[in-house]
Amino acid sequence: MNWTWFHRLGSPPYIYKLAGTLTPWFAWAAALLIAYGLVGGIVLAPPDYQQKDAFRIIYVHAPSAWLSLMIYTTMAVSAAIGLIWRMKVSHALAAACAPIGAWFTVAALGTGMLWGKPMWGTYWVWDPRLTAELVLLFLYMGYMGLRAGIEDTQRADRASAVLAIVGVINVPIVKYSVEWWNSLHQSASVMKLGKPDIVLEMLIPLLVMFVGFTLLFFALALVRLRAEILRRERAASWLREALA
Amino acid sequence: MTAELRADNLHLWRGEQHVLRGVGFVVSAGQCLLVTGRNGAGKTSLIRTVAGLLQPEEGRVFWRGEPTGVDRSRFHSETYYLGHDAPLKGDLTGAENLRFGVGIRRRFLPDELRAALARTAASDFADRPVRTLSAGQRRRIALAGVLLTTATLWLLDEPTTNLDASGQELIKTLIEAHLAAGGIAIAAIHHPLELDARATTRLELA
Amino acid sequence: MTGGQSVSPWHVARLTVERDLRLAFRRPAQLVQPILFFLIVTTLFPLALSPELSRLRDVAPGVLWVAALLSSLLALEFLFRDDAQDGTLEQFALSGQSLTWLLFAKTFSHWLLTGLPLAVVAPISAGALGVDFGSMPGVVASLAIGSFALSLIGAIGAGLTLGVQRGGVLLSLLTLPLAVPILIFGARATELAIKSEPYGAPLYLLAAFAVLGLTLAPLAAAAAVRIGLE
Repeated sequence: MNWTWFHRLGSPPYIYKLAGTLTPWFAWAAALLIAYGLVGGIVLAPPDYQQKDAFRIIYVHAPSAWLSLMIYTTMAVSAAIGLIWRMKVSHALAAACAPIGAWFTVAALGTGMLWGKPMWGTYWVWDPRLTAELVLLFLYMGYMGLRAGIEDTQRADRASAVLAIVGVINVPIVKYSVEWWNSLHQSASVMKLGKPDIVLEMLIPLLVMFVGFTLLFFALALVRLRAEILRRERAASWLREALA
Repeated sequence: MTAELRADNLHLWRGEQHVLRGVGFVVSAGQCLLVTGRNGAGKTSLIRTVAGLLQPEEGRVFWRGEPTGVDRSRFHSETYYLGHDAPLKGDLTGAENLRFGVGIRRRFLPDELRAALARTAASDFADRPVRTLSAGQRRRIALAGVLLTTATLWLLDEPTTNLDASGQELIKTLIEAHLAAGGIAIAAIHHPLELDARATTRLELA
Repeated sequence: MTGGQSVSPWHVARLTVERDLRLAFRRPAQLVQPILFFLIVTTLFPLALSPELSRLRDVAPGVLWVAALLSSLLALEFLFRDDAQDGTLEQFALSGQSLTWLLFAKTFSHWLLTGLPLAVVAPISAGALGVDFGSMPGVVASLAIGSFALSLIGAIGAGLTLGVQRGGVLLSLLTLPLAVPILIFGARATELAIKSEPYGAPLYLLAAFAVLGLTLAPLAAAAAVRIGLE
């Protein structure tokens, strides 16, 4: 089997260039899809017969919640690759992902709370999904805290990689234990977040938003990855040539 | 294969610093490698890389012809690394320290412990808590530990630190006896150490 | 020249645990602090809340578990710190023995010295919070198993923060999210025990976490310590 593609993926100059080429494509596609999704979701889709217009927050909330998990997984896989094959670019990608993931987690929590006010009459309810999302935010915080705490970049890479892998094993466990915990204490009347009776006009913009947000993440991750590579390779000769 | 340690083209970075730039050497049974160089030249880093505590960016270390990473536990069971500071617990006595520290590597008889302590002239204070001992006395306890492990490869970082003239002489005798018995020693040194020239190679780190 | 008679893993573990216990008993103050912390925190609640035993009984599981969690976090800082400073961890990594196994032995003795005593003194706190004497076996069992799982998971954080200056707060930040499932199931088992209901189910789940931690956490801790030694 030919492994040159794998080695090329490990080469900072190649990735730096590739990321630069791909970023505008992802960014424009994301902008178009999100614009379409917002119009479709906020203007065109009919109001939910139970939740009225409040359900529309789902167009931001659900994709953010999806990304918060997806990015954590991406980060952990990327960190694991970096740890096993000692691939610098992979560690840089993991480092680039963390703040983006943390912000999408914050977005998911914030929109969840905004939705909660008209639905539950209060901003915060110990809904299992919100609670799991909150624990996920703590996991991101721990990851970034550890990175910030270790001065040497390579050691920070490797230590935080171990943490990301442990965290990704922990995420589903937290999810199920929180659901179990909630099922014990919840009164039946509390409404679950999300899951309105969905019709096609609501569903299509939602799916578009999912794709758009994912592409947005790709674009953001590539920009941050380039910045990360610049920071790490500031002494390398290829960089001087590339910028000259 | 007979005892031989080989390092090939070791490159090590510590953060922004390129500490080891293509260091290579071979040491065979009965030989000693003295690593010299100014402060910060990478003596400690080299010893720690050989021991396997640091991962070089490039290059490999071979023990008995095999990369040390392949059967790490076999390599380590034949190696003893003694750093700047002796790995001793202040609240335990010298003898207790060795019973645990060396005990996880091999079983030994109380007589062996006594003999090792006697050879480094540490018998008198081996039953006192280590925190009451002077730096030189701790060093002697630690050296007794080195003997007790019966390791083939000694990795010594500044072995003569804190030792008086008789202590320096002791190090010399111990290393020479170790080499005569077919052992290998790699020592990072700051203070000159006069060993039998035929058995000694020097490596000056820039 | 060879290594002489080889040592069995059990012998290695016994030596490590023996050494840690001996060290701890030569410096008992460090041993007593987390337990005192636990007792004091749990007895602060009646002052902050109300002296009514029926109300205290309702919050007792939460109080006991949060206090246990905090107190074991305090103790975690000492898990590897001394051994890292005096070079013992380096010797572990270079001993030819499995670092995973050695660190597991260390974690086990850490639990013997900090987690188990917590479970043993818990009835004092529980009693002060109005818990009936008959419920104590469940309280002790859940805290004993839960603190073991906490020690195992905490070992990862303790290993990761080895290279961090003043890493105490960071250690908590890393460990607490990982400890959420233990808190949920442990507190539930304690709650059921206090209500004199069957508490087997959450206790078994807690034990399952301890077993999962047993198999994975020492591996992760060993990887973390190796990185910390660089």
